[in-house]
Amino acid sequence: MSLSKADVEKVASLARLKLTDEELSTMTRQLDQVIQYVQQLEELDTSGVQPMAHTADLANVFADDLLRASLPRDAALANAPKRDDECYLVPPVLGD
Amino acid sequence: MSLIDSPATELLQLLKSAEVTAVEVTQAYLDQIARYDGRVKSFLSVGSERALEQAATIDQRRGRGEPLGELAGLPVAVKDVLCTDGWVTSCGSKMLADFVPPYDATVIARLKAADAILIGKTNMDEFAMGGSTENSAFFPTTNPWDVSCTPGGSSGGAAACVAASMAPLSIGSDTGGSIRQPAGFCGVTGLKPTYGRVSRYGLIAFASSLDQVGPLASTAEDAALLLRTIAGHDPLDSTSAPVDQPDYLANIDQPLDGLRLGLVREHFGPGLDDEVGAAVGQAIKEFESRGARVQEISLPHSKYAIATYYVIAPCEASSNLARYDGVHYGYRTDEAAMLADLAEERKQLAAAGDEAGLANLDSPLMRLYRLSRSEGFGPEVKRRIMLGAYALSAGYKDAYYVKALKVRRLIRNDYDAAFRDVDLIVGPTTPTVAFGLGEMVDDPLAMYLQDLYTVSANLAGIAGISVPCGMTSTGLPVGLQLQAPPFQEERLLRAAHMFQQATDWHTKRPTLAAETP
Repeated sequence: MSLSKADVEKVASLARLKLTDEELSTMTRQLDQVIQYVQQLEELDTSGVQPMAHTADLANVFADDLLRASLPRDAALANAPKRDDECYLVPPVLGD
Repeated sequence: MSLIDSPATELLQLLKSAEVTAVEVTQAYLDQIARYDGRVKSFLSVGSERALEQAATIDQRRGRGEPLGELAGLPVAVKDVLCTDGWVTSCGSKMLADFVPPYDATVIARLKAADAILIGKTNMDEFAMGGSTENSAFFPTTNPWDVSCTPGGSSGGAAACVAASMAPLSIGSDTGGSIRQPAGFCGVTGLKPTYGRVSRYGLIAFASSLDQVGPLASTAEDAALLLRTIAGHDPLDSTSAPVDQPDYLANIDQPLDGLRLGLVREHFGPGLDDEVGAAVGQAIKEFESRGARVQEISLPHSKYAIATYYVIAPCEASSNLARYDGVHYGYRTDEAAMLADLAEERKQLAAAGDEAGLANLDSPLMRLYRLSRSEGFGPEVKRRIMLGAYALSAGYKDAYYVKALKVRRLIRNDYDAAFRDVDLIVGPTTPTVAFGLGEMVDDPLAMYLQDLYTVSANLAGIAGISVPCGMTSTGLPVGLQLQAPPFQEERLLRAAHMFQQATDWHTKRPTLAAETP
């Protein structure tokens, strides 16, 4: 199986990226190469093997339900590219 | 011996006995940076003023006989992947070029509490993705041993600054070898601790189940000193391990009697450079002559480690990097230009009567996300996000992601079985020594294959260290990798120290050329 440009374009949209035509060609070739490489995992019989998402020997790490200081609003907004006194600003989402 | 050539443990004694001041030590390293970093380019930012101020305060406090932290007066360089309150943390990316964190990572808070002097933020591959530091959005770092070569990566700046005596201690991060490989390429000591040993709070995430922060230094003893400060349970990181914290320095001088070393058959196969193989062979003989018993072991699934890693790491990256949206912080595209382009596209589609095109046209918010991310991220980051998004997309998740997680279990099982017979695993850190700048930039897969011996430790969550063990005929350092079972950093550091007591590779430093005017 190999990747088509249309596949890559769809993934770019899912990943919230916009690729130029040139990037799309390079990316299709390079992703295809890596995908072909990782397909070697198929040779392994992994039936009955539990997936290992992480190696921390921990489950359900709970924190006490305590009131703690949090980041003040101004500090949280300080790095926003566009803001007013209280909110992050984005282009209009509803209507024109 | 000049200040900048002394190991950190010795500098600390000189500081404690007031034979030198923190200002003198800090100034000596700042001078070295000013003289040579124009060519090495290991720092993204140097905090000269604040470092000297902090040093002066420490000297005053020492003069008054006040209690001081355990690293008081020692400069530490920090990879630009750890958040520093009020100090730009770019992660090597245009996306975060102007990002000023409103808080300190736990590792930074611990360094500050120990009165370490944060001397600068070091260069890295963008978002720690890469093995050469050429993926930095700002400039590539060079290898102090040969400025036409890369220092490795992603912690290339962190390793190069220690090799070039610009900092006695340095903090890196390792997701697939990003501390050990540059340590090997630059001839310094670099430790990747067990997953969970060091807090990841405030570490800008690449692949959360693989990322680990660790020390780079001239010697294993210095690495132990730095690890002692940064390691330990942190309630702010839920994956931080609630385990006892040994004093890594207390027994470091005691040799490990009857040490059983495992030699991985698969690590000495095709692809291993002859000179690297010979240097590693010599190092293993050194251990044998000091009483270690060496036996061959097998990690049968190690040949699948890179494939496993290059599914899991990009999957986690694509999810972690979804936060960069051009809204909350970081780079944002020119909004007015974006809206004008979008209006023009809509007009043209309407004129052509292209109903489908109109229906598929991005909303302004969607286009804002897409352009901000596409302009803010470099090619390797985009590649990994795409790879992860593909492997996690509907219909492929089981075939790629879940499959890789199963192979990850098999890789860990291999280690568990091996560590029933041996105390440590020994082998090369990398298949070759440092490669030339630009040599692999167009071949991502070849670059990925460099991680052959290092990625398994991240997948399995175990600890690993790289120590210098030789030099090629072309004058480039060779790294020896030792790997230990989870939470056996003490054993790892003692073995590395034992090796450094017997050899002098770790004392070798490159001859630097000052920047030509």
